[in-house]
Amino acid sequence: MAKTKARVKVPKSVNKGEVFQVKTLISHKMETGQRKNKKTGKIIPRMIINKFVCQYNGKDAFVADWHPAMSANPYMAFYLKVGESGNLDFIWTDDKGNVSKKSAKLNVTG
Amino acid sequence: MGKVHLGTLLVAGSLLIAGSAAADGKFGKYANGEIRSGYTYMTPQSKAIQDDDVENPGMIWVDDGAELYEKVDGEAGKSCKACHGKAEVAMKGVATTFPKYDDATKKIKNIEAQVNRCRAKHMKAKPWKYESNELLAMTVFIRHQSRGMPMNVSVDGPAVKFFQDGEKFFNQRRGSLDLACKHCHQDHAGKLARANVLTQGQVNGFPTYRLKWQKVGSTHRRFRGCNKNVRATPYKYASEEYMNLELYVAWRGRGLPVETPAVRN
Repeated sequence: MAKTKARVKVPKSVNKGEVFQVKTLISHKMETGQRKNKKTGKIIPRMIINKFVCQYNGKDAFVADWHPAMSANPYMAFYLKVGESGNLDFIWTDDKGNVSKKSAKLNVTG
Repeated sequence: MGKVHLGTLLVAGSLLIAGSAAADGKFGKYANGEIRSGYTYMTPQSKAIQDDDVENPGMIWVDDGAELYEKVDGEAGKSCKACHGKAEVAMKGVATTFPKYDDATKKIKNIEAQVNRCRAKHMKAKPWKYESNELLAMTVFIRHQSRGMPMNVSVDGPAVKFFQDGEKFFNQRRGSLDLACKHCHQDHAGKLARANVLTQGQVNGFPTYRLKWQKVGSTHRRFRGCNKNVRATPYKYASEEYMNLELYVAWRGRGLPVETPAVRN
């Protein structure tokens, strides 16, 4: 797939100080750099998402460096705790510098 | 007295039915009597991936298919939606009846074939290559609209001949290993082939996201893989042999819910 496609799931609203789960999924072939082209014998260059960032209101909330041996179409789930309502931005960056973005709104009550 | 007896019999009868339903309850909606979906053979971890729509990578293809469904393509300037309307309504239940007999070609067609027919005939667009991402996405999307509905293909009337051919294929030994589909998927389902659990080979979840493939794949890709595994020369994608086999295998899984996109290892 030329264009990546992301899916994100956050709760519609959470209580202040509550720990909640965020789930993300993105389409990416995650070429490891270990495989050879069967016809030419040449190594297929590495092409993976190497950085995943989740920002909350513009500030880093969760950051992960990814390495080879991640599966294709990587799924990532993590937990957050926030104090006020705001925007969650998800940013995936791959080896070629392509950036995929997705954002979600979060309502904090109480 | 006669009436009372009849009543008792009826009660006993309904108890019996309830009893067998409870026995089936072990696999819930994923089984129809002895017919078991591949889902029931999976590890809890793999089941969890399929159960959660965010975690299930097959859903990416559903999203893709939804976009393609509304995209205008070809000289006629039409999208799928232009003729069919909303997919949630128009495509609901479609997957349960495919593959089916096709009057135009006098052969069996599956959803992939139908999509390409529509593209060529009504949209005047180039047919998609079999196993291409576009065709997979569209097939996944269409089948996804019937998720949870029981498989119910028609194998009578003009389809009988093709159904019998499919059955013959299923029972025919092939390849250097001299194995037929039935040896693994009928006689030895549930046992191990090396470290893999053999399933009944049901197709209700196809095109499924296979963890080994790292993407979704069609029934015909699975058939080809199986044929290679027994050291037989696989048939081509969309070949008549595989269409007939797909019909037979879909009938074998009658009553199983459509699970597309299923996740398998």
